[in-house]
Amino acid sequence: MTAENKRRAWMSLLAKAPADRLTALWQAYDAAPTFHWLRAPEIGATMVRGRLGGTGAPFNLGEMTLTRCALQLDGGEVGHGYVQGRDKDKAQIAALLDALMQGPEAEAVASAILKPLETEMTAAKTARAEKAAATKVDFFTMVRGEDK
Amino acid sequence: MYVAVKGGERAIDNAHAWLAEERRGDLGVAELSVAQIREQLALAVNRVMAEGSLYDPDLAALAIKQARGDMIEAIFLIRAYRTTLPRFGASEPVDTEIMACDRRVSATFKDAPGGQVLGPTFDYTHRLLDFALAAEGEVPDVATSAPRTETTPHITDFLNKEGLIQTEVTAEDVPGDLTREPLELPANRPLRLQALTRGDEGFVLSMAYSTQRGYARNHAFVGELRIGKVPVEMDIPELGFAIDIGEIELTECETVNQFQGSKTEPPQFTRGYGLVFGQSERKAISMALVDRALRWEELGEDNLGAPAQDEEFVLYHADNIQATGFLEHIKLPHYVDFQSELELIRKLRREAMESTAPIQEAAE
Repeated sequence: MTAENKRRAWMSLLAKAPADRLTALWQAYDAAPTFHWLRAPEIGATMVRGRLGGTGAPFNLGEMTLTRCALQLDGGEVGHGYVQGRDKDKAQIAALLDALMQGPEAEAVASAILKPLETEMTAAKTARAEKAAATKVDFFTMVRGEDK
Repeated sequence: MYVAVKGGERAIDNAHAWLAEERRGDLGVAELSVAQIREQLALAVNRVMAEGSLYDPDLAALAIKQARGDMIEAIFLIRAYRTTLPRFGASEPVDTEIMACDRRVSATFKDAPGGQVLGPTFDYTHRLLDFALAAEGEVPDVATSAPRTETTPHITDFLNKEGLIQTEVTAEDVPGDLTREPLELPANRPLRLQALTRGDEGFVLSMAYSTQRGYARNHAFVGELRIGKVPVEMDIPELGFAIDIGEIELTECETVNQFQGSKTEPPQFTRGYGLVFGQSERKAISMALVDRALRWEELGEDNLGAPAQDEEFVLYHADNIQATGFLEHIKLPHYVDFQSELELIRKLRREAMESTAPIQEAAE
């Protein structure tokens, strides 16, 4: 995976992560890196688009809330936080993690926070897919008289 | 004409304080939390998000609580809040092909790859009140089975392979946004779909039902209905690449409609499309039927004069916030208007009396 793709992957994971779990894992990691804001957390919206018939031209479906911020660690790494919903603390943690993942702590952060998050989120998704699979219809053909 | 009047501040403050007390209801009954509404009245939350045009389950739940369960009032609150948010951009169009489907059914193909997955549906329930829910009910264990790991292909892809269904033209045009520019007619299909997806569920349902009853009948089959989560991807300019900024639940409905062909199109199946925030399948099916009815001109069909074919009628009356705003304003003070109406009626009556009086005399 290229460096850019790796960063896309962790930023995407952080955007979708449940805020309570992200906060708990961050607190357990017990780090307090010093930083300054490049952009203080702000709440806004983005217009979500769909496509005509699922595959055609785009149309505007409606907006979703999100929170963004940007910061710089004293070490120089710049972190961006873009997270779903209205949660400035979550955006800050996401930006700090984005910055830390570009520095010497990357491996420690990945194994202490990102990997457990990913495992939990995959497990939750799988649990839902398992329930859906149990509601799949098995068709059977009724035995008719002439088949005897 | 509306002329401002002063006064009534104390009455208004007192009315709002009483409203707050009534909203809380009997203090002997536990207060409802926003999280309870979000989790346990999820379909109400979905409707508020869809028609409020803002995906945020916590905010929609708060709006429902504040509005005492009045859905249109809750939608109004969300619409008002939405206008205060700075817009950070627009997402890439969501890819519903990669949806993690909780539900996926087709009324046209029994053995479609991916199968018929019912999901948490009201279908096949007996619609009998469940008094166990009035007590402290325990949740039954949910069965599980080996999960599907592949993506679930769209049903219309199969018809596309045979060329039996009209294909969607891929394009990347920036769609018009009726929340930024006033809706002008004729509207194109992207604008119509935006208006329908945020339109009032009852209105869109009734319009769709009218097509089924024969007003511009277009013989819709539900080719596919799917509900589940999709990631939302957005390009981040300062990074120079796109990331997932979240994940939303959507309901998508594709209808397959009979079409005899027209002056411009060969006989083939045509499509209607519905895509709505949350688990909102009645709305998604309705949207697809109305979308199809509004496409009469592009498909070279006759205008039968049916309400569901009338773009102006449908699009200008689908929005329940516009509708309720105009409807409900007539209960606000119109004392000066009405005073002038009174003057006019008195004058007309006086004139009418004066002109008829001599005739009555002559008749005597």
